[in-house]
Amino acid sequence: MLHDVDHPATAIPGNESSIVIVGAGQAGLSTAEKLRANGFVGSLTLIGDEADAPYQRPPLSKAYLLGELERDRLKLKAEDWYAKNRIALRLGTRVASIDRGRRRVCLADGGMLAYDRLVLATGATARKLPQAISRGLAGIFTIRTLADIDALRPALETRGKLLVIGGGYIGLEIAAVARGLGMTVDVVEATDRPLARVASAETARAVEDLHRSRGVTFHLGRAVSELLGADRVTGARLGDGTIIAADVVVAGIGGMPQTTLAAEAGFAIDNGIAADAYGRTGDPFIWAAGDCANFSLPGGALRMESVGNAIDSADLVARNIMGARQPYKPKPWFWSDQFDLKLQIAGLSRPGDTVVVRQGAGPGRSHWYYRQGQFVAVDGLNAPRDYLVGKRLLAVSASPDPAQVADPVLTLEALASSK
Amino acid sequence: MPKIRFLLTDGAELAVEAQSGRTLMETALENSVPGIIAECNGSAACATCHVVLPENIMSALGPISEHENDMLDFAEAPREPGSRLSCQIKVSDALDNVSVRIPAA
Repeated sequence: MLHDVDHPATAIPGNESSIVIVGAGQAGLSTAEKLRANGFVGSLTLIGDEADAPYQRPPLSKAYLLGELERDRLKLKAEDWYAKNRIALRLGTRVASIDRGRRRVCLADGGMLAYDRLVLATGATARKLPQAISRGLAGIFTIRTLADIDALRPALETRGKLLVIGGGYIGLEIAAVARGLGMTVDVVEATDRPLARVASAETARAVEDLHRSRGVTFHLGRAVSELLGADRVTGARLGDGTIIAADVVVAGIGGMPQTTLAAEAGFAIDNGIAADAYGRTGDPFIWAAGDCANFSLPGGALRMESVGNAIDSADLVARNIMGARQPYKPKPWFWSDQFDLKLQIAGLSRPGDTVVVRQGAGPGRSHWYYRQGQFVAVDGLNAPRDYLVGKRLLAVSASPDPAQVADPVLTLEALASSK
Repeated sequence: MPKIRFLLTDGAELAVEAQSGRTLMETALENSVPGIIAECNGSAACATCHVVLPENIMSALGPISEHENDMLDFAEAPREPGSRLSCQIKVSDALDNVSVRIPAA
């Protein structure tokens, strides 16, 4: 379809055209910005179901929760930016359905918007604890939106006992913040190590050691069977019968792509909204970007929840709507701040990859991953130079000699010129 | 409000009014300055907000952290004497009328 020049969906939208973007997170905002940057002059509407104008999510679980970053500074754009760029921003607005036949979206408040191109940037939501476990108690939080954090902050001000359910990035970042505030922190993780699905065993162990050294208590290989309390949560019972006291519970048990709207519109859902390598869904007038999109790429399907993916896939979709015809070449990268650790990851490592440790002169170190002899990913643990060199090598598919990587005497400058 | 002159990679200049107390990166993002991507929203984790400042104002901006210093060594555009990560610079009157160059990668 992308190369069918006679199909109306392949025409470049002009000044009579209307583009509607569902989702006003980083991906939705970036799509709008890049459509304008790529010369789209028609009508542009950005619809978000949250009350706040597009804002940065990553600082929510870090600097904003700590009170180091004011609410106003989370905003990605100044208020007048939307009018200046002729972007109609509709906040607090939920899209109820998509009428693909008539090419219009129906809003929950009864309104309707016609589109020539529709971009689904619906993001992901925080998975909630099952009712059988949470029992409707007060004092249980998830972490995803500004409203979530605004609700959590007063609860942390009690400086009591925090129970984190789930040892992923969100859970560990909250654990680190809470320890910094002087709270007692327990982390329950169902698998045998934190970051089990999102980092290598080597990196996870280093992060676990750091948390333990700062007084975080881990309960690994165990699940919460029930939260305790009458109205407010007072603790948790684990599967092995252990009771943990808690004043506040944060469930960091993963994100789920927001696919309800797409599913009801008849799209196949498989770990997100299926999109081709250009970002287009099965409907040639409808595109997908960001956390909710599962891109079909030569190496397999890829869905990522990260700012980098939100920005890059939004850029891709905007260009391709404007006729660029470029396939997605993802450059996966992530970071996390916990205590004084800055973890930076480039590439996607997998269980079974060979790990090479590079121990620098300072306290930092890096983990380099190889699959069938090819360099595939790097983790920098307080090692920004190692991380950036690795990221640069990944971008050109270079594969440094593992023996050289492990050699602390060999400089990064020398490593950077690897083939 | 300090006025900041962003010099873009294509040679064009984009002058913007900046709010004191915000970072230089936030100022660039709010004004859609091309070349400032700032993927990590100011955590000094990505080096995609690299700018080059006139050397004579560097001392007025305060010291560079070790982390930022390390990031600049291998930022995509080669490091120059006036290189900084714009997310680590607070806007102040010291930046009024200063030219902030976006280096070409």
